[in-house]
Amino acid sequence: MEYFLQQLINGLTLGSIYGLIAIGYTMVYGIIGMINFAHGDIFMVGSFIALATFLALVAIGISALPLILFITLLVAMLFTSAWGWTVERLAYRPLRGSFRLAPLITAIGMSIVLQNFVQITQGARVKPLPPQIQGGVTLIEGVTENGTIAVQLSYMQMIIIATTLALMIGFSLLISKTSLGRSQRACEQDQKMAALLGVNVDRTISLTFVMGAALAAVAGFMFLLLYGVIDFYIGFLAGVKAFTAAVLGGIGSLPGAMLGGLLIGLIEVFWSGYFSVEYKDVAAFSILVIVLIFMPSGLLGKPEVEKV
Amino acid sequence: MSAAVKPGLVADSVKDAAIAALLVAVLGFFFFALRTDIGTGGLDLTYRWGLWFIAIAIAFGGRLLLNLFVFKTAKPITGGMSISIPEGVKSGIGRVLGPVLLLIALTLPFIVMAVYPDRDRQFIDLAILIMTYVMLGWGLNIVVGLAGLLDLGYVAFYAVGAYSFALLAQYFQIGFWTALPLAGLLAAVWGIILGYPVLRLRGDYLAIVTLAFGEIIRVVLLNWYEFTGGPDGISGIPKPSFFGLDFSRTGGFAEFFGLDYDSIHRFIYLYYIILILALITNFVTLRLRKLPIGRAWEALREDEIACRSLGINTTNTKLTAFSIGAMFGGLAGSFFATRQGFISPESFTFLESAIILAIVVLGGLGSQIGVVIASVVMIGGIEILRNLGFLKEIFGPDFEPTQYRMLIFGLAMVLIMVWKPRGIISSRNPSAVYKERKKISSDMVAQGEGH
Amino acid sequence: MENAMKTPPAQTWDDNVVLSVEHLTMRFGGLIAVNDLSFNVGRGDITALIGPNGAGKTTVFNCVTGFYKPTEGRIVMRHGAGLQADKIEALTRTGRQFNDDGDDRVFLLERMPDFEISKRAKVARTFQNIRLFGGMTALENLLVAQHNPLMLASSMTIGGIFNLPGYRKARAEAIDFAAYWLEKTGLIDRADDPAADLPYGDQRRLEIARAMCTKPHLLCLDEPAAGLNPRESTELNNLLQYIRKDHGTSILLIEHDMGVVMEISDHVVVLDYGQKISDGTADQVKNDPKVISAYLGVDEDEVAAVEESIDMPVIHGKTKPAENGEGGQS
Repeated sequence: MEYFLQQLINGLTLGSIYGLIAIGYTMVYGIIGMINFAHGDIFMVGSFIALATFLALVAIGISALPLILFITLLVAMLFTSAWGWTVERLAYRPLRGSFRLAPLITAIGMSIVLQNFVQITQGARVKPLPPQIQGGVTLIEGVTENGTIAVQLSYMQMIIIATTLALMIGFSLLISKTSLGRSQRACEQDQKMAALLGVNVDRTISLTFVMGAALAAVAGFMFLLLYGVIDFYIGFLAGVKAFTAAVLGGIGSLPGAMLGGLLIGLIEVFWSGYFSVEYKDVAAFSILVIVLIFMPSGLLGKPEVEKV
Repeated sequence: MSAAVKPGLVADSVKDAAIAALLVAVLGFFFFALRTDIGTGGLDLTYRWGLWFIAIAIAFGGRLLLNLFVFKTAKPITGGMSISIPEGVKSGIGRVLGPVLLLIALTLPFIVMAVYPDRDRQFIDLAILIMTYVMLGWGLNIVVGLAGLLDLGYVAFYAVGAYSFALLAQYFQIGFWTALPLAGLLAAVWGIILGYPVLRLRGDYLAIVTLAFGEIIRVVLLNWYEFTGGPDGISGIPKPSFFGLDFSRTGGFAEFFGLDYDSIHRFIYLYYIILILALITNFVTLRLRKLPIGRAWEALREDEIACRSLGINTTNTKLTAFSIGAMFGGLAGSFFATRQGFISPESFTFLESAIILAIVVLGGLGSQIGVVIASVVMIGGIEILRNLGFLKEIFGPDFEPTQYRMLIFGLAMVLIMVWKPRGIISSRNPSAVYKERKKISSDMVAQGEGH
Repeated sequence: MENAMKTPPAQTWDDNVVLSVEHLTMRFGGLIAVNDLSFNVGRGDITALIGPNGAGKTTVFNCVTGFYKPTEGRIVMRHGAGLQADKIEALTRTGRQFNDDGDDRVFLLERMPDFEISKRAKVARTFQNIRLFGGMTALENLLVAQHNPLMLASSMTIGGIFNLPGYRKARAEAIDFAAYWLEKTGLIDRADDPAADLPYGDQRRLEIARAMCTKPHLLCLDEPAAGLNPRESTELNNLLQYIRKDHGTSILLIEHDMGVVMEISDHVVVLDYGQKISDGTADQVKNDPKVISAYLGVDEDEVAAVEESIDMPVIHGKTKPAENGEGGQS
């Protein structure tokens, strides 16, 4: 039971990270109907920016950890957004209204470019960062035959889950209450019509990429803090899993992306905990396949009706 | 330069270049100016302001030049580069291009040996590599180009073919020529197994599911240590024999034909094997295109609902495309295994699928010649970087041109797509003609999945 | 054969029926698009299905051609003459899709997947928003329609790869057959042009030619005259008459252009809100107060007054704006 609870907490933490990335996928898919293949790599870029910022802040002598974390988060979001904007500008905007395979290829190209750019400029070796936030609270302490087993909720996990919740609420409000959110929803429905009614479609799409990238940067920073190791290749797997999360939750739906992220995180953690660590990725991919085959509109998505 | 200078051109260009430089400064700050490395007691941060400024300067200068001479002028200098070829000549070139390329391909090893006698092995090996991608591209072209099914996991079938042969050879001592058809068959069966449940998915969903399948197969190969050797892979895969003759120093091919032993013989032999395999792929594809099944594939790409209204079983039609494509992928995989003599899951990553898909799309969907051109440009092009050793003298000994290969590959993918979204060869040849053969502009051809 | 809403008793289409729709109901979630609809399509007749927008006409089409599975009801297609009521009842009880009567089979369309309906039951259709294979030539479009016989002739592709004589002959015949229909639709000069390149009216005719290449017993046309100019409309009338007379193909069409409907239809069925409100010859329907009220949107007893005041001899439905020729692509 204790083991189960501990896994549950771990799963929710990991799931929060996936959920944050998944929101980027879901928003972009919602607005232009395409998978942003480079989004996983934006997440990776975000984690590298966070790492460098963190080290730079330490180097210039700021010692208050909360302040460092906060500044790092802001800087990572800001600079990663610039990357998200650039990807959209280079890989998507020139091909707007063109054939749908073309942007897919440019996005894959951008993904290759980002990975190799980071590899060349930052080196191929992994970057370890020692745990920065230590300690936590012990929720339950149980006694088993093998000694005591405790369910820990670390401060790290609390921060991740709390930040995710806060961002989630913030973004939901942004989408539902502001005129930017209204423009986004209009573009989702019909880009041409939205443009005719005075919505700046290009700007709206750009902002969608920027918002997705900002959230991916948060996820990248969390990932860095949680695992303490990053390399230039982390974007691919995290990206595919986050996309799975977005599909599972119902693509186009923000709460769906979050829910999907949590589920994928839980599945991965429980699979690793109870079955085999080696096949945890197979578990995530299998879920993706099964969901798409049997429930293509996901948990919270709207079913697509085939128009004849 | 007689470029017509528009008023405000220079000011505009400078402003634009400054924006570009600013963007590079922002994007590159954490990558050029800062670098993290593992040092004593954790990560060290090094500052490379020089590199950062150089990058900004290059961005500013490059963008400015482009603005002044290409983007904003009325008469860009690249205008002279796009030669307008009259339609008649164009179709003439089209007719001649295929046979000429075929002739070059057939005689290539001998041309190489004659022109570059001291580097022939390297060039023939490169030709083998390119030809493998041509075959893979042609195989995937059936699925993506003709049937319009977006497959991002094509490498799975490549892996199935490679591992089929390697395992058959390891456990049953089966030779290449016996294993080849078996590997093709197995890949085709896997095509059906993987294809059946997912073929009703559309577009991007199909893409992501096939990607997932490709990854699942790779992860299984990686972790099923007892059977596949896991990350260690399988080594000692036998080389193909020439009607029972090995390419060994004694008692083999050279001795039988009274030639001096030379390891180049094996390279030439491998080259012809892949050439023939590729040509078979091409022949079958071209033939199928003119048959009802091929026409149904293309109709499927154009409009699936209309297909169903005409009595075409779309599930079966998709499955045939998927499995035939998979079969050719499997054959190419077997060849890859025998050529390398060693395989491991590392050779079958998503990147490989992406490269093959890029070749098909960049070449122009459905175009056979396009695949050849794209393979030569993309695969041959990045291999050239291996030969740029002289750059080390310019940029210092730490400069390693090969590490830029994939970066440039990715950039090329983006640039070619933006330049020609429909690929290099972008017209379709009708499969049946009543009176006069007319090329169909790609603007009218759909790309599948109801778009 | 039960047919609750037979307005005038014993019409020809109730004796020699090619398609009967019986108690068809189609629900989408809570919405009832078609409600307990029954009507017959007579063999060799041109039958029109009309009604205001949203009356459920296209839904009926989609049920008949298998693109939707009806919520309730039975749709029977007969290849043999006569009502064959016993056989149909027997077949219904078996759970099979069709019986084994050679050329005189009966089919229960609601049980069949869409492509089988075209392949076996020989019901062909066109689409409201034209669905041609835009990147393929007109000729190729018609060859795709002959896919199934050609597949057999190519011995499922094997014989075709080796270009065996049997396949070569079948292929030549298929091209001849396609050329015949291109000739009939006046498109023979555009045989080698991509379908997306044809003007709108030509695309409409090409879609009909393509449907005819499946050698159907019943041809279902979804708004064939939409977007056509008067001359093209007349040509369409002639084409449909020809198809019916010389090929014995029965035609079921949805149409808003009352000129076309009244001129060529032997039998008109009127839907409103998913229910049949009238069923009879063109003349009978034209004078049915229920129909007029449905179209004018007034109560039945006001019809006469309104009609007088606006003096309209023929009812006009919605006129579709002429779309540009990008039909099959979007």
